[in-house]
Amino acid sequence: MSAVRAIVLTGFGINCEEEMAAAYRLAGAEADIVHLNDVFLEKVRLDDYHVLNFPGGFSFGDDLGSGKVLSNKLHYRRLASGRRFLDEIERFLGDGKYILGICNGFQALVKMGLLPNTSGTGTQEVSLTHNDSGHFEDRWVRAKVTGDGRCPFLSGLDLIDLPVRHGEGKLVIATPEVREQILAERLNCLTYVGQDHAPTAEYPQNPNGSALACAGLCDPTGQILGMMPHPEAYLSLYNHPDWGRKRRLDPDLSEDGEGLLFFKNIVTHIKETES
Amino acid sequence: MAHRVSRIQVLHKRPGTPDVMGLQVERDAERLLGRPPGPVRSGKIYTILPTLTPAQLDEFATRGLSDSVTQEAYADRLHVDPDFPYYLLVSKLPGVTDDEGISAQRTLCDMFSLQFDTTQQIFSSDLFLFSTPLSDQEFERLGFESLANPLIHHLEHGQFRGRVEYWPEVRIEADLTNEAVSLELGDEELLALSRERVLSLNLAEMKAVRDYYRRPSVRQQRQAMGLPANPLDTELEIFAQTWSEHCKHKEFRALISYEDTATGEVVEIDSLFDTFIRGATREVAQSLDAAGSNRLLKVFSDNAGVVRIDSERVFVFKVETHNSPSALDPYGGAITGILGNNRDPLGTGRGGGRLLFNTNVLCFGSPNHDKPLLSNQLHPARVFEGVQKGIEDGGNKSGVPTVNGAIIFDERYAGKPLVYCGTGSIMPASYHGLNSWDKEIAPGDRILMAGGRVGKDGIHGATFSSLEIDRHSPKSAVQIGSPITQKLMSDFLEQACAMGIIKCSTDNGAGGLSSSVGELALLSGGAEVHLERVPLKYSGLKPWEIFVSESQERMTLVVTPDQVDAVMALARDREVEITDIGRFTDSGHLSVLFDGEVVAHLELEMLHEGVPQKRMRARFEQPALAEPVLTEAPGAPRGLDLGECWLSLMEALNICSREWVIRRYDHEVKGKTVVKPLMGRRGLAPQDAAVMRLDHHSYRGVAISNGICPRYGDLDAYEMSAGAFDEAVRQIVSVGGRVPSMERADNPFWSACDNFCLPDSEYDPAGNPDGMLKLAKLVQICRALYDMSTFFKIPMTSGKDSMKNDFRADGVKISVPPTILYSMVAEIEDVRRAVTSDFKAPGDIIYLMGETYDELGASELYRLFDTLGANVPKVRKEQALDLYRRMEQLTSRGLLQSSHDLSDGGLAVALAECTFGTELGFEIALGETLPPHVQLFSESHSRFVVSVAPGDSAAFETVAGTRAVRLGTTSATPKAIVSFDGGHIALATQDLLARWNGGLERGRDK
Repeated sequence: MSAVRAIVLTGFGINCEEEMAAAYRLAGAEADIVHLNDVFLEKVRLDDYHVLNFPGGFSFGDDLGSGKVLSNKLHYRRLASGRRFLDEIERFLGDGKYILGICNGFQALVKMGLLPNTSGTGTQEVSLTHNDSGHFEDRWVRAKVTGDGRCPFLSGLDLIDLPVRHGEGKLVIATPEVREQILAERLNCLTYVGQDHAPTAEYPQNPNGSALACAGLCDPTGQILGMMPHPEAYLSLYNHPDWGRKRRLDPDLSEDGEGLLFFKNIVTHIKETES
Repeated sequence: MAHRVSRIQVLHKRPGTPDVMGLQVERDAERLLGRPPGPVRSGKIYTILPTLTPAQLDEFATRGLSDSVTQEAYADRLHVDPDFPYYLLVSKLPGVTDDEGISAQRTLCDMFSLQFDTTQQIFSSDLFLFSTPLSDQEFERLGFESLANPLIHHLEHGQFRGRVEYWPEVRIEADLTNEAVSLELGDEELLALSRERVLSLNLAEMKAVRDYYRRPSVRQQRQAMGLPANPLDTELEIFAQTWSEHCKHKEFRALISYEDTATGEVVEIDSLFDTFIRGATREVAQSLDAAGSNRLLKVFSDNAGVVRIDSERVFVFKVETHNSPSALDPYGGAITGILGNNRDPLGTGRGGGRLLFNTNVLCFGSPNHDKPLLSNQLHPARVFEGVQKGIEDGGNKSGVPTVNGAIIFDERYAGKPLVYCGTGSIMPASYHGLNSWDKEIAPGDRILMAGGRVGKDGIHGATFSSLEIDRHSPKSAVQIGSPITQKLMSDFLEQACAMGIIKCSTDNGAGGLSSSVGELALLSGGAEVHLERVPLKYSGLKPWEIFVSESQERMTLVVTPDQVDAVMALARDREVEITDIGRFTDSGHLSVLFDGEVVAHLELEMLHEGVPQKRMRARFEQPALAEPVLTEAPGAPRGLDLGECWLSLMEALNICSREWVIRRYDHEVKGKTVVKPLMGRRGLAPQDAAVMRLDHHSYRGVAISNGICPRYGDLDAYEMSAGAFDEAVRQIVSVGGRVPSMERADNPFWSACDNFCLPDSEYDPAGNPDGMLKLAKLVQICRALYDMSTFFKIPMTSGKDSMKNDFRADGVKISVPPTILYSMVAEIEDVRRAVTSDFKAPGDIIYLMGETYDELGASELYRLFDTLGANVPKVRKEQALDLYRRMEQLTSRGLLQSSHDLSDGGLAVALAECTFGTELGFEIALGETLPPHVQLFSESHSRFVVSVAPGDSAAFETVAGTRAVRLGTTSATPKAIVSFDGGHIALATQDLLARWNGGLERGRDK
């Protein structure tokens, strides 16, 4: 097949587009950073890509709640031709393609109802709200992959250190039924863990007080992944706060960061399934 | 007639998850009121001016403004919760930036395919519902001491009856008259006029302006144009803005007579700036030229300094201060400081660079300040929290990592804090074959204003920053930044510059259009601006107010006539407001019109060259100083307990952990930060300089550092300045940087910014009797800058001075100590060779590099005993450079496992900090040359504590030679063990860490 192509959205305060695009390029894909309005103006077509990415940032300054204004825009806006953007997304997913939302992108996907979408109706079922600490925090946490393998971004991953950088990352689940659905299908595919590698409610290992110690969710198809930690900020070993000691302990350690694996996974998966 | 407004109320859902915002207010209320107020329920009220149908309003409330999982929404009938019958509503005052309202407006447009302009039509307020009644005084106290500032907020409170009264409607009586003001006045009257109009011009300057209007040529031309002979008010305002200290740096360009009573030296200095700062860079540039490695492209002549990275890219760097606004409203002052400083690199040369990092250095009064507050003085703890939050929002919401900084506490910053904001950016070296750093303008080029709208914000900001803060400070000096407005604009500008459709750009900061257009006009030889085209936040501004307004998030763009349509089209696609407000000319004049009427017509040469040179006097007298005998100090009745001193130092305000501040700044967005402020397995070890990669595909990078040590200035201003310079250099050397060598052509680039913050240094027998001494200290600071810069061949590329950092109220003056900050950036050839401060493995050998002297003067140890001493740490340049060369060899050969520079608290504190990354300890033995307390706590400059793998020690010692002393080894036991002749200290590293971690927390709780 021809190259795997990733579209990385930007504009309106999104600010992790550069490292997100770098992640795909380092993983062997082509990546285009595209302003959201250029999608609405149909200067760029989603159909030309395999993976649609909503990077982190502070879209609309987190006003009205993080990701909220962006999610409204994505929900309501029509393209220049009059078609709804939402219908474009539906078709994109119908074609078996993938969506990744990180941090602010995850918040927007949740508020649009695309995650976890246990009902299949695109109704909002969970939210991401203020950390228990009440403020923004940048710190590295340890996450464990707890999904059932349906999400190809996570193939072969188990424990991974990643930075979180948010003020509103606490998962709140609307009803006990949704919670049961999430657990039954193991859609809570990424989980904050403590020293013992078990899910934890303890601060700061669980940095925000998330329900289920949840750090990331996928939808029932496994095509959409949203997560609060930033794999695109760990593309290099030298992003890790303890890289000096890690390298001392293992002089032959790979210079790739473990966050790059998410992107290598999806690129490999698309190549394999398309060929 | 009252406008019918709609209201939407959003409340935190109950029962539900904990109401984090409500809980915060509960805690604040308990702290401030001394009793628990009971549960608090948080929410918002939106006031909506556009008329919507009931169905639209309902959908806007439930889908647009609220989150169905965590919130409840009520459209037009406000909900009264019987469990929470009392309310406190915090709204903005008229004209204050309300981003949340604007975002609500944008979402409304998206929802119903509406089109609004960007004037504010939806207003947001924070609502807090209380379960128990508070008195009016209690509501006001909670409101104004925790949630709001009377300069920018309006409070409404009491029993909630489902109605709110207020919305921030702007009402201004439009007065567009263009008044002529006579300057044919006596001296006293001229000064009175300057004061009344807040012009901040002195008598000589007022007379210079008057004499301009007396010139026959000027009179003739004004008559021919039908202009009055006397200055128009807009013209006076333009003079005041252009000639402000902020814009013309009159004290740094003054003719100073300097006398040193100790040495008998008497000398005249014609401009500190030309003599010592530009003079140093000129000399360094010549040296670098001779060595074949001059990478300076643009220094001191644009918004930021520019140096070459490689053939493709240039590095742009600027640091400045935002002190006075931060004293009035710490949050607003800091956020506008960050965003304003960001616009400097964005608007350097042609513009459009991509911001790489922010760095911030902050000076506050003690958070434990326990003196009664003066009128209009905010408690230092409140200033600290507000500034911290402003930096958080300014950096995080712009997607710029805040990679390092410093916080200094000293009681003399309790009146005016110092808020230094630094930003580095990377700009393509050329746009379509043209050097990116050039600014060229031809007559006929259009003037476009991009970004935010203009209101009364910050009028007289440029002149105000040159004044002491007093009760007459104009309220409009307070502004709140809008990171989202600026982010949209900077994204647009980067793209537009890359397309080659922008000729050049500049920031609209202090002085607004008057400053940006007035300075750009020099490049073509004139400009003509039509103020009625400038988009306003609300109507009723006078022409001069439009011209000097400092409304934020604006830039002035220069565009050739044939590209205007392309620029406008891109701006429309990117939702950035942009307006063509005039053109550049070669008339030799700055012409300003409103509705076709000339409101200002001034000779550019007079405006920019006509300000009379200031004359000032500096006189230095050596203070009487003595070293204390510590065992006789009041704090040490039992003699000197070194272990206890060590622990106390760890929690000293100037040493203890800044973790809670650091973690609120995103220091790794963009994924390029290699040495972060805190490192190690536990993420707790503080680092010397930050290290960043420049991109994701190579390992080339930069190190970023800050040197500042104001308290040494109490002993010796020269050594304070030299020490701060050395601190910035050695931090970069510590992480692996290389000082320029005249023997090599492959030198890394360096870019340094000097930032002076001074108390009023103009002698006045009544108001400022020690003004001559303060000015003498400034001269000494500048001399050290020159000596250090030319010696190390490290060029100053940009800088800033802030002159009158005094706070006056109730007959008391609080003046900052003369303070200089050196911020430096140096190229790192390979970030993988960067060295971090934390010990890496047990059994490594610990060395001290550099020599320790009995230099405890103004040290943190002496401060524990409330004493100053005499022996200021001195910089020994030649020794330092020799050491730094050895360090370069060691880092380039990978022989260092860790390196940490020694500063506040000396060797003991540095060693303790090296253990915070992991659970390692160490065991060392001190030598016999100096008393142990001197060896442990002296703050002698140009030293490092390093660790070396045992197998590398022979190679290490060959390179380090006699400049390193073997102290001992790291150990797997988490203990800090120091033995010396006659005793030893054994402390648990956990205890050192706990004291270090707790220092600021204790301050905050008070």
